[in-house]
Amino acid sequence: MRVVLRTPEREERELKGPKKVREVLEELGIVPEGVIVARGEELLTLDDEVADDDTLEIISAVSGGKR
Amino acid sequence: MKCAVCGRKAAVEVRRQGRAFCPEHYLEWFEHQVERAIRRHRMLKKEDRVLVAVSGGKDSIALWEVLRRLGFHTTGLHIQLGIADYSKRALEATRRFAEERSLPLIVVDLKETYRLTIPELAELTRRRTCSVCGLTKRYVMNRVAVEEGFDVVATGHNLDDEASVLLGNVLHWQTDALVRQDPVLPAKEKLAKRVKPLYLLTEREILAYTLLRRLPYQHEECPFAAGAKSLLYKEALNKLETAMPGTKQAFLEQYLKKIEPVLQKGLSAEEVALRECERCGYPTTGEVCAFCKTWDHAYRWAKRKGRIPGEVRFEAEPLLTFIPEGKGGGDARPAPSQEPAG
Ligand code: SF4
Ligand SMILES: [Zn+2]
Ligand SMILES: [Zn+2]
Repeated sequence: MRVVLRTPEREERELKGPKKVREVLEELGIVPEGVIVARGEELLTLDDEVADDDTLEIISAVSGGKR
Repeated sequence: MKCAVCGRKAAVEVRRQGRAFCPEHYLEWFEHQVERAIRRHRMLKKEDRVLVAVSGGKDSIALWEVLRRLGFHTTGLHIQLGIADYSKRALEATRRFAEERSLPLIVVDLKETYRLTIPELAELTRRRTCSVCGLTKRYVMNRVAVEEGFDVVATGHNLDDEASVLLGNVLHWQTDALVRQDPVLPAKEKLAKRVKPLYLLTEREILAYTLLRRLPYQHEECPFAAGAKSLLYKEALNKLETAMPGTKQAFLEQYLKKIEPVLQKGLSAEEVALRECERCGYPTTGEVCAFCKTWDHAYRWAKRKGRIPGEVRFEAEPLLTFIPEGKGGGDARPAPSQEPAG
């Protein structure tokens, strides 16, 4: 599957599927609490299974600086 | 994983509450959380004129959307920092949001008003960019609120912001900063009331809301955010949160409930009286406020380097551009000074 990272710079990865979203994040070394995972318009939970031909987007929720 | 309300497939998990929701019920849950925080801490009254500080990022955009949906009278305040294209795109996202919803927006362009951008201010004063940026934003926000007669300023600070600031303050035992972590800071003479309606929602929850509501927001980060300590603290807290859901909330809430009141009492003897800044008339503990001091300092160097004409004096009064209903160009004019409008 194609994984588009926006953390927040755009980066792309290829992973083998099917697997759970939790495993995708583990494989990429991403802490789940800091991101949202989407498949198109659909937001996914850690238990959701994604297929080999899916395209995922991993969007960072963390922002820095003084506000 | 199923929605806690309707049993349909869940889209967003709220692990700290052991629940998950479908898109529809997530939006409902989120807005209810904000409404509850506002009521519990008496942040806003229905008739209040609320100035929402809007950077264009997900937090402030989500905050503005929720306040609007809850029926509050809101006006956005966007400060153009002059951080190259990042700032331009921040204004674009903010304007798009305001325009699509016909919400009034006030823009303060720092370069236009004070002749210098935030990076220039940092360079000339040799101070950290985020530190002069934070100082300037706080000053302008307060001054616009007071002079334009707003009852309260609402900011998009979230649970991660608050918990990471708390962690930083605890690690260095910054007692002066520790006693100022409340989600509500009451009004004082020439200091507008300040509230943080999102302070119990995590960044992840706010991002999910922004995506599900399809709000225009700026995803790109400020180039100066990279390497900020706050990011390190947030990362550490998110690791703890993943292993122990609810950690961030407990850390902040229990602090506010149990420790802060004790600290405030114990330190009240040290509380220094506020007086008027000799330069701008706004509250400060010294003779000249930190804002005027910083900008005066920058002006001295800018003049020496020939970037600002020698006869120009720094004036703290911000120049406001009003964009009614988020549309049209809007004319810049100085705020009518002192007396609140209503
Ligand atoms: S990251 Fe720093 S410089 Fe950038 S907007 Fe935030 S406070 Fe200002
Ligand atoms: Zn539901
Ligand atoms: Zn001053």
